[in-house]
Amino acid sequence: MNQMTEIKPLTRKDFESDQDVRWCPGCGDYAVLAQVQKLLPTLGIPREQFAFISGIGCSSRFPYYMETYGMHSIHGRAPAIASGLKLARPELSVWVVSGDGDSLAIGGNHFIHAMRRNIGLKIILLNNRIYGLTKGQYSPTSEFGKKTKTTPLGSIDRPFSPISVALGAGATFVARTVDSDHPHLLDTLRRAAEHRGTAFVEVLQNCIVFNDGAYDALANKETRDDARLLLEHGKPMRFGKDGSKGIRMRGFEPEVVTVGEGGVTEADLSVHDESAANGGLAFFLSQFAAPLPVPLGVFRAVEAPAYETLSTQLAADARAQRGSGTLEKLFNSGDTWTID
Amino acid sequence: MNTQTMTMDEPRVVGGIQKTRPIEEIKSVVIRFVGDSGDGMQLTGNEFSKSVARAGHDFATHPDYPSEIRAPTGTLFGVSGYQIQFSSGQVFTSGDAPDVLVAMNPAALKTNLPDVKHGGMIIANSGAFNKTNLQKAGYQSNPLDDGTLTDFRLYTIDIADLTNQALKDTGISKKEIGRCKNYYALGLMLYLYSRPIEDEEQNIRAKFAKKPEIAEANVIALRAGYAYAESTEMFVSTYQVRAADIKPGRYRSITGNHAAALGFVAASELAKVPLFLGSYPITPATDILQELSALKHFNITTFQAEDEIAGICSAIGAAYGGVLGLTTTSGPGMALKTEAMGLAVMLELPLVITNVQRGGPSTGLPTKVEQSDLLQAIYGRNGECPIPVIAARSPADCFDCAIEAFRIAVKYMTPVIFLSDGGIGNAAEPWRIPDPAKLRPLDVWFRTDPDGFQPYARDENLARAWVRPGTPGMEHRVGGLEKHFLTGNISHDPFNHERMVDLRAAKIAGIAKDIPQLEVEGPQSGDLLIVGWGSTYGSIVQAREQAEAAGKSVAHVHLRHLNPLPADLGDLLARYKTVLVPELNLGQLSKLLRERYLCDVIVMSKVQGKMFKVSEIYDRILELC
Repeated sequence: MNQMTEIKPLTRKDFESDQDVRWCPGCGDYAVLAQVQKLLPTLGIPREQFAFISGIGCSSRFPYYMETYGMHSIHGRAPAIASGLKLARPELSVWVVSGDGDSLAIGGNHFIHAMRRNIGLKIILLNNRIYGLTKGQYSPTSEFGKKTKTTPLGSIDRPFSPISVALGAGATFVARTVDSDHPHLLDTLRRAAEHRGTAFVEVLQNCIVFNDGAYDALANKETRDDARLLLEHGKPMRFGKDGSKGIRMRGFEPEVVTVGEGGVTEADLSVHDESAANGGLAFFLSQFAAPLPVPLGVFRAVEAPAYETLSTQLAADARAQRGSGTLEKLFNSGDTWTID
Repeated sequence: MNTQTMTMDEPRVVGGIQKTRPIEEIKSVVIRFVGDSGDGMQLTGNEFSKSVARAGHDFATHPDYPSEIRAPTGTLFGVSGYQIQFSSGQVFTSGDAPDVLVAMNPAALKTNLPDVKHGGMIIANSGAFNKTNLQKAGYQSNPLDDGTLTDFRLYTIDIADLTNQALKDTGISKKEIGRCKNYYALGLMLYLYSRPIEDEEQNIRAKFAKKPEIAEANVIALRAGYAYAESTEMFVSTYQVRAADIKPGRYRSITGNHAAALGFVAASELAKVPLFLGSYPITPATDILQELSALKHFNITTFQAEDEIAGICSAIGAAYGGVLGLTTTSGPGMALKTEAMGLAVMLELPLVITNVQRGGPSTGLPTKVEQSDLLQAIYGRNGECPIPVIAARSPADCFDCAIEAFRIAVKYMTPVIFLSDGGIGNAAEPWRIPDPAKLRPLDVWFRTDPDGFQPYARDENLARAWVRPGTPGMEHRVGGLEKHFLTGNISHDPFNHERMVDLRAAKIAGIAKDIPQLEVEGPQSGDLLIVGWGSTYGSIVQAREQAEAAGKSVAHVHLRHLNPLPADLGDLLARYKTVLVPELNLGQLSKLLRERYLCDVIVMSKVQGKMFKVSEIYDRILELC
């Protein structure tokens, strides 16, 4: 540990690899890369302890651009590969970078089971609601009716919310941010990095070529305050340019109200609680659709034992109980006999 | 039954038991226990095999069970069986045809009778031959008294009723009493084959330690069966098999799956590198996952993944992390793992993929033996994607193959496919327990020197260096895209791709230099060479020995390494007039040999979900020379 203190502090530059970044100019992925490279040196973790694992898709090129350990694997399987790495080497900081097709279509199974187990992975899902690398087919998050190359008459697939899926799988940390708001992106990633267990972050990310403008309302400074609800733990759910709008519950139905109008006071508004043991509130927020604002921030952050910790503990308990295994004992256990 | 001698009238003591009737000494015997899948036949067979093992016999077993867990009682498809051959000589198979059939119900009799040796012994649980059960088995009349079995020595014993009587005062329920009848049958057989029951009583008490009243009931049932056999006038004689002439040492009975598990633990200990198993339960490979899951006091992590793909992918992740990555499966699971195997080839990471083959295609015959995944193992991936393949020949050989698989994997930085099958995975034989200190160490080297490091630079074996994440100054990326031959960065350069394809192929082909010289049984040249691989070993060995005894010139070579093939195989094939390849598929190794050596071979194929009988191979030998 003494050695570490002598090492000069890491900078963003230390996390940039020598590879040319090959995303389309203007792609939202650049912002995520930049914020991750900005975040990592501040975490107090030596660079060699990071590993970035990805699947297939535009976002999955991410590891090539990080001067860390990394693997660009196969479509949808990054959470499974990362789980094996994390279990084998719990001390590493293991990140998964994925997209809406990679995580929610071909890799849906691994995505939900990583979160079910609460294994210590940081999963960043860049959701551009389109297949970019194969040049413009609809994805599991594309809107109903959307016209793409494989849905020329409009999509009849119903999209689902990655946040709802994550919550349904029992994720202990679930957050959403957007590529255009760099400070919010950085803050959200930091919260994810600090979480123990699976941390899931959906980044709403613009595909400039095949789905440009999907998140314009959130990117445009004129409109974004009305379009988004910034979630803050313990605070009433207020939004809008002057913060006058809010969310009020009528039974299980949310509605937009204006504070000061029709006798509505701040006390009538719902209060965000990211640490509620019951995931109901988070799920309710994950289902928000127009005319309700898009919630951004931490939906849920609860403490639960991380899978790799439990796994390590099982092994330690087994050793405490039985002593470290020896081949001599193992081979000669059970029913043996001797031939002279 | 191979009867050698004699009758005797004087009482004498055998195995600590006072015998009051003639003892026939026999060389070897094949016994098959059959009943409903809930009748406990696997347990009975297993316990019987332990008992003969303790007596110093060589033996081989074959469990044969349906893929239904508890099929409706009394049905033909619900029959579960366990066959054992034990002998005073060497045993290589569980035997072609049972000398003795213990049938717990009509369905069991019906499905197994065609296999029983002419004149063989049938012990039938007569109480189960009631109207309902006969109907379920499709018998119009009771085979026990309608002349069906006149060619056999039939013993009818109402095992269920006798067990019931023996246990009626124990206070356990009727249902629980019903579950004790397999121990009654075991008691009968232990007496008939001159085995003591004290050891078995201990086994029962240990097995049911948490339910002492059930343990007691089973002990009573065991003793009752034993006493019945002793006191009834029914059995004219009892039988004794002399201890086999076996290499001295300490032994235990082991199945192929268990041996594989121990081999993997040994590989990890020998390499001083932790083992990670990522797997998804699938018959008949699940035992390996279960065995290793119970050994967490070693440096072992087991991960029951969400599917077959995650099984191998987690193992790849672990291998990237610097531990021994392992995944275990059977045919359909292999199909699912295919893409990830390709990734492992591109990443050049050590990984062992174990396929305990079963009948295919698709779901096929989950509990039956077949060798039809050989070409899948060698070729079944997209792109030019070479993977070394080895196969085990017997249950105990799975131990050695498990270690060998990792030896190749770490030396050459490559995934390795280890083929076992349902025939040896669940079958048991005696295993001479090795001295761990005498096992060859397994060399693993992790590069830690960043000076001049190139992720895809190679050593003299064309293997790249293994680097553990966490090593300072050596951060690098790997992936499934084609990469530059030194830096590992993405490269779409046409000549670089060709170079990498050639390198990957040359690396695997180069493993041939590590394959030991082939060992040939029989003449070094001549009329007929039998080339086998995998679980056909036992049948071929015995058939060849019989043919040799009958004056035939027959040689046998058994391949462990199937990719690459041994360097001396081509010369060997050329030294015989005829080459015969028995395989439990339509001729997959035969195809490889023809393609590789331009040598004609005769295919001997069987795809019935069963092993070759010794007699089948023997008959084929006689046809050929």
